[in-house]
Amino acid sequence: MSSRDAILASIRSNLPKLDRPLPAVPKFADDPPANLVEAFGKTLTHMGGRMVTPDPAGDIRACIRGLLEHSQLVCSATPEIGGELDLAAVADPRALADVDHAVVRASCGVAETGSVLLTDQDLQVNALAYLAQHLIVLLDPADIVVNIHSAYARPEFRERRYAVFHSGPSATADIEGVLILGAQGVRSLSVLLVPRNSAELDQAQSGRPVQGLV
Amino acid sequence: MSNLTPDDRPDKSKIEPQPRGARHKGSKPVDQAEAAERFLAAPRHQKQHDNRLWTLRQRRDDQMWSMPEWEQMRTLASEIKEHTLSHLDTYLEMFETNAKANGVVVHWAKDAAEHNRIVLGVLERRGAKTLIKSKSMLTEECGLRTDLGKAGVKVTETDLGERIQQLDGEDPSHVVVPAVHKLRTDVAKVFAATIGSDPDDDDPAHLAAAQRDATRPLILNADAGMTGANFLVAETGAVVVCTNEGNADLCANIPDLHIVSVGIEKLIPRSEDLAVFVRMLSRSALGSPITQYTSHFRGPRQGGEMHVVLVDNGRSERLGMEEFWTSLKCIRCGACMNTCPVYRRSGGLSYGATYSGPIGLIIDPTFNARKYSNLPFASTLNGSCTNVCPVKINIHEQIYAWRKVLVRKHETPFVKRAAMKAAGAVLARPAIYRATVERTNEALASLPRFAIYNGLNAWGKSREMPHASAETFHQWYIKNRGGKR
Repeated sequence: MSSRDAILASIRSNLPKLDRPLPAVPKFADDPPANLVEAFGKTLTHMGGRMVTPDPAGDIRACIRGLLEHSQLVCSATPEIGGELDLAAVADPRALADVDHAVVRASCGVAETGSVLLTDQDLQVNALAYLAQHLIVLLDPADIVVNIHSAYARPEFRERRYAVFHSGPSATADIEGVLILGAQGVRSLSVLLVPRNSAELDQAQSGRPVQGLV
Repeated sequence: MSNLTPDDRPDKSKIEPQPRGARHKGSKPVDQAEAAERFLAAPRHQKQHDNRLWTLRQRRDDQMWSMPEWEQMRTLASEIKEHTLSHLDTYLEMFETNAKANGVVVHWAKDAAEHNRIVLGVLERRGAKTLIKSKSMLTEECGLRTDLGKAGVKVTETDLGERIQQLDGEDPSHVVVPAVHKLRTDVAKVFAATIGSDPDDDDPAHLAAAQRDATRPLILNADAGMTGANFLVAETGAVVVCTNEGNADLCANIPDLHIVSVGIEKLIPRSEDLAVFVRMLSRSALGSPITQYTSHFRGPRQGGEMHVVLVDNGRSERLGMEEFWTSLKCIRCGACMNTCPVYRRSGGLSYGATYSGPIGLIIDPTFNARKYSNLPFASTLNGSCTNVCPVKINIHEQIYAWRKVLVRKHETPFVKRAAMKAAGAVLARPAIYRATVERTNEALASLPRFAIYNGLNAWGKSREMPHASAETFHQWYIKNRGGKR
């Protein structure tokens, strides 16, 4: 008998005699926060991330320029922002080892936990979100959902090979409980509230060096 | 990297050596109390450990109070797990079908040895000699690192706490915070000897940075990556991994080969069920609303390979144990450890087993009833573990049930059996019981310290006995209720 069949047979002979139907899971969204963006930002900050709200009337690029001021190498997976490294040409994730700032767009945000959802489609190369020293995530405020229950109703969890909630930067408290950001992955996470298809940013082109853009 | 002034340097004469864990003597019973005494004899370690874990418990409470549906969520979590475990064959087959359809290679391992052989086989087929790993209690249970090491595979743990333990040649002492029993001075000593950091610099930020710098090249050059799994979702074939460091995502997303080791009890049916557990896990474990990273792997990356090894190792048998099968609901959050007064004061390594604390007391004897026969007695039965458990395992009742099983099997020492026999005789005779209680209360109030706090009274070790009340409940009842029966 194969191990598979042996394990299944052992399970079948030991199944608890219990009539326990699978419960329906409520959405717990009857009493959502009055302002989802505010709730999202509050939890994100609590988790060690940073929310940046560009002035809608102002220059969004100037806001991004501020974040990338000291960056040696920017890599972007978004059409809105250019970078020095073309992700489409990256065959080996290790080529991203020296990236200072990665820029990606989130599929959605979660107000309850301050999380952004990133998929393999959003990242193009999954390792980008971990090898970069700093991660900048563009998020459309309209894409923020109330809680984790609402998030799991989204199609990404059935369709994408990889989907991940980022809730703040890489962190550890493994030595005497002292909180340290940048444990093994990114040292900081900034979430920029930028609507999808923002008219102003649409003019920018993919792959353009960030210096040229800003 | 160290710029310490002489004033910052720790005074070596004040450094308290780290107390080590239980001593193993083959299959002989682990003496948890002996190891706990050595931990208690190291006051700085004991105090830091106690404070740190109690802080986690308090943060968990804050999360609980801020979530009105908390108790409803615990009930849902428990029901989903009970449903899944009582249909485990169906859900395992569903997971297998969906994972295969997503391009994942699914393996089945009856026991630890088979698990380790499968992993080694997958590595050898790819010629992989270096493996980066995220934390997995299952691979600890299987002794994977030892077996891979013998076969010439170099394994690097990437969780900071787990890496500290690996470099120190020690097991993890806690399922979530593996090095919680260590002080910063201990970590500085380990890192100085292994990764060459400044032995006099015990700043946690510097230590974490030294580890990041030392591990990064190992991550970038690894041939293969391995993760555990917190949950498997049957309907989508997803492997769900929760970390705070993002190290599981590094292990899975850089090398071309990703191997997942997972116990068969980690199944849940649907994504909507997953929401319940993702909301409860980190709130119960660390008191944060969610882990920094909650990752869902459904298939290999373009050009990559993904393998899932489903491991039984005694779980299917445990499923048939009427009193103990619900221990399989455990999601390894560690809340029961953080709240347990015995665990907080004795350290996880005193249990001498893969799983420590209250959950360990009810799981470990299923692996080896003789070796872990003392563990179910390392509890006050206060029930706090049961109250904080996010999946409502009746932990303290199972601890008590294990005591009965072990006594029946004669796996308890003579002194304990004799004491229980005497207690049984007293408790069976009301008049003798009342006289005993009265005398004990008087004695507690008037006896000199040495008569109460000595080796014979385990309850007086490293703690003050509570004040005895002036009268017994029986005396109070007679006085206030006029002897009406």
